[in-house]
Amino acid sequence: MKIINLIIILFLGWPSIGWPMTLNVGLQLEPPNLDPTSGAAAAIDDVVYGNIFEGLVRINEFGDIQPSLSLSWDLVNNGKSYIFYLANDVLFHNGDRFTAADVKFSFDRAKSNGSTNAKKYIFKPIVDINIIDPHTIMITLDQARPDFLFNIGLGDAVIVNEDSADRNSFNPVGTGPFKFVKWVRGDRVELVRYRKYWGPSVFLEGANFKFITDPLSAYTAMKAGDIDAFPNYPAPENLFLFKNDPDYEVVVGLTAGETILATNNRNPPFDNLLVRKAIAHAIDRSELIDGAMFGNAVPIGSHFAPNHPDYIDLTGLFPHNLDEARKLLLLAGYPNGFNVSLKLPPPIYARRTGELIASQLGRVGIKVKIENMEWAQWIDQVLINKNYDLSIVSHVEPMDINIYANPNYYFGYDNDDFKKIIFDIESSTDAINSSQLYKLAQKKIADDAVNGYLYQLGKYGVWKAGLKGMWANYPIRSNDLRGVYFVGGEQ
Amino acid sequence: MSSFLLKKIISLIITLFVATGVIFILIEVVPGDPVAFMMGLSGSTEAADALRIELGLNVGPWARYVDWVWGMVNGNFGISYTYRVPVIELIRERALVSVPLTVYALFLSTAIAIPAGLISASRRGSLVDTSFMGVAQLGVAIPNFWFAILLVLFFSTTLKLFSASGFPGWDAGFLICLKALTLPAISLALPQAAILSRVMRSSALEVMNEDYIRTARAKGLNKNQALLRHGLRNAMIPVLTILGLQFSFLLAGGIIIESVFSLPGLGRLVFQSIVQRDLIVVKSIVTLLVFSVVFITFIVDLLYAAVDPRLREGN
Repeated sequence: MKIINLIIILFLGWPSIGWPMTLNVGLQLEPPNLDPTSGAAAAIDDVVYGNIFEGLVRINEFGDIQPSLSLSWDLVNNGKSYIFYLANDVLFHNGDRFTAADVKFSFDRAKSNGSTNAKKYIFKPIVDINIIDPHTIMITLDQARPDFLFNIGLGDAVIVNEDSADRNSFNPVGTGPFKFVKWVRGDRVELVRYRKYWGPSVFLEGANFKFITDPLSAYTAMKAGDIDAFPNYPAPENLFLFKNDPDYEVVVGLTAGETILATNNRNPPFDNLLVRKAIAHAIDRSELIDGAMFGNAVPIGSHFAPNHPDYIDLTGLFPHNLDEARKLLLLAGYPNGFNVSLKLPPPIYARRTGELIASQLGRVGIKVKIENMEWAQWIDQVLINKNYDLSIVSHVEPMDINIYANPNYYFGYDNDDFKKIIFDIESSTDAINSSQLYKLAQKKIADDAVNGYLYQLGKYGVWKAGLKGMWANYPIRSNDLRGVYFVGGEQ
Repeated sequence: MSSFLLKKIISLIITLFVATGVIFILIEVVPGDPVAFMMGLSGSTEAADALRIELGLNVGPWARYVDWVWGMVNGNFGISYTYRVPVIELIRERALVSVPLTVYALFLSTAIAIPAGLISASRRGSLVDTSFMGVAQLGVAIPNFWFAILLVLFFSTTLKLFSASGFPGWDAGFLICLKALTLPAISLALPQAAILSRVMRSSALEVMNEDYIRTARAKGLNKNQALLRHGLRNAMIPVLTILGLQFSFLLAGGIIIESVFSLPGLGRLVFQSIVQRDLIVVKSIVTLLVFSVVFITFIVDLLYAAVDPRLREGN
């Protein structure tokens, strides 16, 4: 047992801390594979990020960039180049030693033509990777890009080992504190503590990520004691059952998911700003949050996470006001409203919110026809073919306001002022300036009422009382278990 | 007998061949691109194109159909798009849950239904008959997932005797796995037992009016002896038919029960694959299910012949 465990034990008093245990973590979605550098599934990062795989830097619970495999770094060449100073004595789970060559391999692989990395854009600006010595590496970009550091902290940019990279999808090998044991498909992924981990020792002996799709089964599995922690409990409607039970702790935090009423700005009537503003006035966020999310969500007025330091509250920009909404519709030439379709993907938040939105818009004469779809259908019709009027979806990627700079994205928002703001953000090396620009960007899309901004999706953590160190928020998708331990009599 | 077998085998092959065509066409017309699904809301188009090539989705439908069928003939079911492992391995893992669960449920349902049906028939109109059939009526009416939830709430969350969900895997030990399958098997067995006992009863009642039963009674057997020695085999034909249908139904039809108990069975694999557009898995499982249905019908036909010698003549 390493020093840090001892300190914690002494600090908390010996009898109160449980023996190292294997934690059973419940997740709703099973990952399709275990390679975070492949597809876009958040369910992959839910299991592997920070546990099996590590990147040069690590994003923590608060969304801050922390040193990881790179203990420190320097910005040189006017912000165009990063020099990373790598940790010594790091072993991959297959026993291979980690060096700068692994960094070069990982990034070259993600950037290559055959790469199926969903966030290939992170690596595109890399013009040169120069190994200075086995523990120092310089990465040069096409221009200064301050968001590069955050991006390489994402699961898509973890460091992989050349010998094992091709098999990571079913037998992941990383440098993290937990090692992959087995995957019983459809049931669970088992991890065990990696005894040769280079960093501070973790407290848990291992972790089983169990996949429970059905919300009611999630409830019974928690209550039966099969699951110790459900970091993102799928049924906000019965959270109160745990809140009232002293054996459990409920922590409602935030995800990076901005839930929006996606609006097709390309086609009439939504190409008309007056119509979009009318919709913004017709939306009653508090009714949505109470009705669909049982009060467990935070209203937003733009496409930005409320717990980010650069967030500005724009929820008052278009207050809920039916008269104002009707007036704007009249001005826009729709005195009697119009008919639209609302295409909803499967998540329960979308379906519930959709029904309320339909009734809210109905109050100002907009007749909404709800069409429920599966994900694959939704992606095909809404996201790719842009064949939709309105939709509801949560954009769970962290810091993704830049999607509004892409006129081909499914919103169809094509605004040169906004594109300029994003271009400036991407090349700004000055933190204060970039903070100002992010605020400007939020304001711009809110003013243009590009989409209806509804609420930030909550993260509903439920775990046994006495379990400490679980993430309260999801600034990125991860259930990093390095700080998790159990206090108390049970286990 | 051998021409009977040959005919059955030829019809099995034709059925499968037609089925592959229908399955392929149905899946081709379903909207939704597996690659787009895997890339999510912010995936790059370049990466999507690379993935399409990797999965062999960049060729025309004819080439894909021929590849698929030819692969299956050679025992190669392809690689799952999402899981990236051979489809056959996925099916094998899931079948190791679904098949034992089905057998367990059928065992329970026959163990309840056949005695219950026979007792009811032999005491037709009695209190026992009325109460058995009343319970059976209820068993048909109660949705099995609701019954499953009640079982979980009682045995798992209150008494904490069983896990509420999950399957430990056969390497954890036979008894542990049997325990994990017990509540799901009971939930699946209940409605099946209800149906089966009603069929058993009416079928037994029917044979009781036959001449040969009267002859047996005339020889001095009592009602129950006549029923068990002479009536049961004849009464089994409709029961076997229902059993065969139930087996095929439970194999993939257990999906709701599998969801309630989070069991990694075939039903959930099909559903998940449809949602994720893992079309190669869907195609292969549906083909296998068609095969198993046809195969079970074939076995049931053989069993008919076993219980009724008149059917052995090949007519």
